[in-house]
Amino acid sequence: MSQKFPADLSEFTVPGHSRGLIDALSYRYLLQLLIRKGTLTRYHGSVLGWVWSYVKPAAQFLVFYLVFGFFLGLNKGIDNFPIYLFSGMIAINLFGEAFGNATRSIVDNTALVQKIFLPRELFPISAVIVAFVHFLPQVLILVVVCLIAGWVPTLIGVASIIMGMLIVVTLAIGLGLFFGAINVAFRDAQNLVELILLFATWTSPVLYAWTMVADKVSPWVFNLYLANPLTSAVELFHAGFWFSTTSGSLPQPPHLAAFSLIGLLISLIVLAIGQLVFKRLEGHFAQNL
Amino acid sequence: MPRTSDPVLPRIIIDGVDKTFILRHTHSFKESFIAKLQKKKTTTSFSALSQIGFTVEEGESVALLGYNGSGKSTLLKLISGVMRPDSGRILTRGRVAGLIEVGAGFHPDLSGRENVYLNAAILGMNKDEIDRRFNDIVEFSEIGEFIDTEVKHYSSGMFVRLAFSVAIHTELDILLVDEVLAVGDAPFREKCKQKILELTNQGKTMLVVSHDVDMVTQVCKRGIVLRDGKVCFDGAVNDAVASMQGNGA
Repeated sequence: MSQKFPADLSEFTVPGHSRGLIDALSYRYLLQLLIRKGTLTRYHGSVLGWVWSYVKPAAQFLVFYLVFGFFLGLNKGIDNFPIYLFSGMIAINLFGEAFGNATRSIVDNTALVQKIFLPRELFPISAVIVAFVHFLPQVLILVVVCLIAGWVPTLIGVASIIMGMLIVVTLAIGLGLFFGAINVAFRDAQNLVELILLFATWTSPVLYAWTMVADKVSPWVFNLYLANPLTSAVELFHAGFWFSTTSGSLPQPPHLAAFSLIGLLISLIVLAIGQLVFKRLEGHFAQNL
Repeated sequence: MPRTSDPVLPRIIIDGVDKTFILRHTHSFKESFIAKLQKKKTTTSFSALSQIGFTVEEGESVALLGYNGSGKSTLLKLISGVMRPDSGRILTRGRVAGLIEVGAGFHPDLSGRENVYLNAAILGMNKDEIDRRFNDIVEFSEIGEFIDTEVKHYSSGMFVRLAFSVAIHTELDILLVDEVLAVGDAPFREKCKQKILELTNQGKTMLVVSHDVDMVTQVCKRGIVLRDGKVCFDGAVNDAVASMQGNGA
C-alpha cells in the first residue's frame, strides 16, 4: 500500500500535541468557565453554601486557639497568638486545598480526559484557582480580626502577603501536576498527598514560633527548615498580618527576604519538574483512567 | 513533480499507525507478588490497530465500518488526540470536532444554559461564537423553556439532544461521529442526519463510525472496513458494507 503525501505539511497539526501550561493558559475563556463551575458547584445543595467557607476555618481556629493557646499555654511568648495562629493557618489551608484539589483533578475529570483532547494542565490549574477563591473569605476574616487588633497595612506588609501567596500557589500547581499525573495510574498518590499535608502543617511555624526550632536543632538543619517554601510563606503571612500588631518581642526569622526568594525558586523548580512529569505521563491518561 | 493548478491538501493523514494496549492483570503489590510466585503473566498486550494508513480528502465523508473490537473507536480517539499512536503518525488540518464526546463535559448540577457555554468552550469555541449561536443551539435541541433548569432533571433524550446540538454547532472542519446517532427518538435522529448531510454539502470532512448501515450509506460515499485492527477494505460505501457483511458470514 503506497500513500502519497503532500510535500508541504506546515498546515497540518498532530492531534493530542500541546505545549503544556502555555497552551492551557491560552484557553482563557474555558479556564474561566471551569473555575466558575468549580465555585458554583462546590456547595451545591447546601443551605448555607459559601457560609461554610467562613465557618470551617473559624471552627478550626477556635479549636487550635483553645487547645494550644489556652490549655497548653503556647501563647506565652507570642503576642496576639490568635492572629499569629490564624495567619499561618490560612497559608497552610490554601496549600492543602490547592494541592489536594489539583491532585484529584485529572481523575475527577475522567469523562473529559477520555473523550476530548484539551491541554490537560487546565484541570489542575483551575483546581488551584478554585482553591484560591475559597481562600479569600479566610483572608477577609483575618483582615477584620487584624483591623480590630490595630493592624495598619503597610506596602511592604502587603507585598509580603502577595509573595507568600505566590510561593504557595506555584508550589501547589507544581506538586499538583506531579501527583495528579501519578494519581491516574496509582491512586496511592492521593493518600501520599494527605501525608505530605500532615507534615506541611507541623513542619512550618504555624502552631509554634520559629525560635523554638532554632533552639533545638543545629544551624544547618535550621537553614534547611527555613528553605522550606512553606516556612517562608507562613512567615511572610506573619510578617504581613501579625508582626505589626505586636510589640516585636518575637523577632522575624533571619534573612526572611533571601529565604523567600529561595522558597520561590524552589517552587518554580518544582513547577518545572511537575510539568515535565505531567507531559511524560499525559499520553497514557486516557487509557489508564 | 508536476504542479497542479489547484492543489487541495488532504484533511486527515494516517500513516503506518500502530496502537497496542497493555492490560495489567494485577493492581497491587500483593497481586503482583503472588502472580510472580505462581509464574503467571502480569500483563497481556493487545494490538488494537496495526499499520493503518489512509488519507481523507477535503470534503470527503468516510464511514469506518467493522464489528465490535475491530479498532474503529480507538482510531477515532487517535485522530481526536485523546490517545497517541505508539508508532506512525497522524496529521490533521483544520479544526477537529468530535461527536464522540456528546455530553462528556456536562455537569448535572448546572443549568442547561451554563452547560451549553461550558461544553461549547470545551469543544473550542470562544464566548462571542457561543453567544452568536446560543439561540440556534437551543432551538435545534428543542429544549425550549427548560434551558434554565438543572441538567440532572432532564430526561435522557433531552440531555442527548442538548449535547448533540452543542457539538453540531461548533465551528469545525473535520467532524468525527461515533455511534451517537443511535440515541434520541426517530424524528430527532432524522433531524441529526439532515444536519450532518447539510455539513457534508458545505464541504466539511466527515468520519463516521456507526453500525447503522442505512444511515452510513446515506451520509457517506466512501467506506473503510477495519478487521482485527487492520484495514481490509477501502472503497465505495456500498461495496464496503457488502465486504464487511461478507466477511462476517
